[in-house]
Amino acid sequence: MQRSSVTQPRTAPEGAPGTAPLHERAIDNLRYIRRTMEQAGSFTAVSGIGIVGIGLIALPAAYMASRQVTTLAWMQVWIAAAAGAVVIAVVLTARKARALGMPMISGPGRKFALAFTPTLLAGAVLTAALTANAPRDLLVGAWLLLYGAGVTAGGALSVPVVPVMGLSFMVAGVATLASPASAASWFMVGGFGGLHLVFGTWIAWRYGG
Amino acid sequence: MAKRSALADDRRQTPGREGQHPAKPGRARSAEAPAAELDRLIHERLRLGIVSALAADDTLTFSELKSLMQTTDGNLSVHARKLEDAGYIACRKSFEGRLPKTEYTLTASGRRALERYLDHMEAIIRSARAK
Repeated sequence: MQRSSVTQPRTAPEGAPGTAPLHERAIDNLRYIRRTMEQAGSFTAVSGIGIVGIGLIALPAAYMASRQVTTLAWMQVWIAAAAGAVVIAVVLTARKARALGMPMISGPGRKFALAFTPTLLAGAVLTAALTANAPRDLLVGAWLLLYGAGVTAGGALSVPVVPVMGLSFMVAGVATLASPASAASWFMVGGFGGLHLVFGTWIAWRYGG
Repeated sequence: MAKRSALADDRRQTPGREGQHPAKPGRARSAEAPAAELDRLIHERLRLGIVSALAADDTLTFSELKSLMQTTDGNLSVHARKLEDAGYIACRKSFEGRLPKTEYTLTASGRRALERYLDHMEAIIRSARAK
């Protein structure tokens, strides 16, 4: 696992000449603890239960989407589900950060967001550009691939299970594009529903919350 | 060599008895008093780093801690052993295939010690601000 290292400032003996006042050393110690926790925390900033929640949203969304006749209506169902997923992820990640006594936008959380957001934005722009003209399987393949790329990039600084989750989404995306169009809905269920449930449960169990 | 350096470091920074746990700091503590009552076991930088890292991540392997703390095998072993002897961290050794794997976790006692230390630091800062 790649982790960034914590530089250890030298501690001067108590009462040494030129030593910083006691309270300044206390502040420095608190900063050191916080920095160490942020860098060690890695993925703990992201909620495993939140990922499970996203998977649970995807299941009814897949059912509702499959009943839509037009691609536009089908897409609207998934966009609404994505909005709900973002709310769940943010709320549960904030709750987990509070429980750990860390800011939500901490070192690892910020790095994850910075790596993840560009591909998410690329997906949104592509979706808007393609609108209802694109075949569903192309949209599903692109969503899974881009989401997987974002998670893989964000997870590069995290525990191994996160990039593995990202790669699984990318594999699902490639499989969607290589499969008959009629299978696209199943890849949505298996990807955004199944993979989130499996990896979210694993992360919540192994890394907490 | 690394072991000797770690021990020398200890002698410099931990004049008090190892593992001697201070009483929980009160809010009215003065700025001078805390220095004498610090939990010297945790106060040492590397050990403070180990305990802090394990407070954030449930389990860390020896190599993860080594990379995070940017220290040598010997140094980490010595300091981790001190924390283990005090009951602050627990060590589990296993094999991953043929490779030995050492994993550390923070015990409840270690978590309480870190909380006490944080309270202590906050008390020192509050005391300085009140002046």
